[in-house]
Amino acid sequence: MEILVCVKRVPQVGGKIVVTADGQDVDTRMSGFAMSPHEECAVEEAIQITERLGGGVSVLTLGPPDAAEQLREALALGAGRAVLLETDGREWGPVATADEIVAEARRDDGGPGYDLLLLGNEAADTGDYQVGVRVAHTLGWPCATGIKGIEITDGTVRARREYRGAEELFEFGLPAVITVKEGINLPRYPSLPGRLRAKRAVIETHQPRWRPDGLRKQALRVPATERKQATVLGNGVDAVPALVTLLGEMGVLP
Amino acid sequence: MTVLCLVELDGTGAADASLRALTFARDVAGPGGQLAAVVFGEAPAGEALGAYGVTDAYVTAPGQLAGYAPLAWARVLAGLVSQTGADAVLAAGTDRGSEVMAHLGALTGLPMVANCVSATRSGPGPDGAATWQIVRQRWAGLLLEDAMLESSPALATVATDTVAPAPADAPATLTVHAHQPELADGDLAVRAAESATRSGGVSLATARVVVGGGRGVGGPDGFAPLEELATLLGGVVGVSRVVTSEGWRPHRQQVGQTGTKITPELYLACGISGAIQHIAGCASAKHIVAVNSDAAAPILSHAEYAVIGDLHKVIPALVAAIKARGGSA
Repeated sequence: MEILVCVKRVPQVGGKIVVTADGQDVDTRMSGFAMSPHEECAVEEAIQITERLGGGVSVLTLGPPDAAEQLREALALGAGRAVLLETDGREWGPVATADEIVAEARRDDGGPGYDLLLLGNEAADTGDYQVGVRVAHTLGWPCATGIKGIEITDGTVRARREYRGAEELFEFGLPAVITVKEGINLPRYPSLPGRLRAKRAVIETHQPRWRPDGLRKQALRVPATERKQATVLGNGVDAVPALVTLLGEMGVLP
Repeated sequence: MTVLCLVELDGTGAADASLRALTFARDVAGPGGQLAAVVFGEAPAGEALGAYGVTDAYVTAPGQLAGYAPLAWARVLAGLVSQTGADAVLAAGTDRGSEVMAHLGALTGLPMVANCVSATRSGPGPDGAATWQIVRQRWAGLLLEDAMLESSPALATVATDTVAPAPADAPATLTVHAHQPELADGDLAVRAAESATRSGGVSLATARVVVGGGRGVGGPDGFAPLEELATLLGGVVGVSRVVTSEGWRPHRQQVGQTGTKITPELYLACGISGAIQHIAGCASAKHIVAVNSDAAAPILSHAEYAVIGDLHKVIPALVAAIKARGGSA
């Protein structure tokens, strides 16, 4: 079982998001970067699948040179090979990104030839909800999105997801593309030997050429919301009578 | 302008998210425009769709295409685009809406814009394709993007938390068209089987009251008073990301960007600091009340009211007070 996991480096936001002065990016001077959360789970899932069924995990990202950091995180967790599609820092749209992932999946240079591609359901930052589907379409592979459970037996995938409080199940053959959501597993922490191995690993690098998608970003902005400060009802249990009265006014008491 | 809108069903009627998408789509179609619903399953009562200004419903009956198959649904939409000459195709930004529209984008080779807040046609571009001025959500709505889309038709999902469902000023008379899909090989390779494990309880996404617990709860054993309060108020418990990452509670209870977006009357956030990824999930609550020991916690700039104190004391006292009130009533 050869699995390619596609991950994205995204700003790590804590208390608030700040946009750069030119309105083109999230200001990351005060924050770090991380792997987009659904994709952390995609890496973990790939490692768990190969632990059960054998095979190897490759990890890919399309991003600036610094995105190698996220590839090394995945290598430290157990991925065996990493591919960086290095950009000049410009943002890539979902159509061009999908095309480059397809090119890697098809790259015929003694690479593994993949049985399964795993991606996050949507990237935390751009939230385009489509890269995995576009990749599957071009490859002519079946695709399931938003998946929170994967079982693979004899080349058949059973993929589960939540749907309005119930569960839907998809069954299809490999090779396939699956996008996963956080909650499918609890990602492990890297081991010390894993970290050392990741540090030494050679990252395969390609430099695809940027091209525009049909949607062109003009500016980013933080939505205008009333920044309010809560009215303090009181301290500790002394505030409980006021709280009960308030809940009564809101019409939520039994 | 002609606008197609995917309408998902909830039981026998249109799902709430789809009514929001229809409200948005009617606005895009504009006065005198044509708003057509695309339905898979039995068509909801004509009046219900007509009330939202829908003039035409293209219905693919279960006998033609049974169950949810994302690529097949997209194939149907692609066929209807050719048939109607639609200027835009829209769907609610739900799991299914996003998935089907992504497939439609892939099938047609057109861009697909996720989670739009507004879309206005701004005229033909240099190569003749329509251009659209778009506002869309990034970061689950924590950030907005102004963008220019060049595409005929425009394909987009609607950020449903930004649109309230509103019937049209004047209802439309609905014409129902039974649609015969022309599917391609492989369109049904991925088709959902809905399992029978539908839980009987209140769901987090639609609960009227959500009692939230965060790091301040302290561990997996601290949730009993929150559960008791939630049950007493006919609601459910929701938790922050740290709680699910620590494995204290199952991920399905997570409120936030990577969990569930909630829309309750009351969100009572206990021991939750208010990381922005959590706010993305609870900002649409009508009222937010925080219980927190830290008067400087970020949650206090999103909450309407706050109690400063230890949730382990405040919540049991609140439960007792509500019970006592019930007993005396």
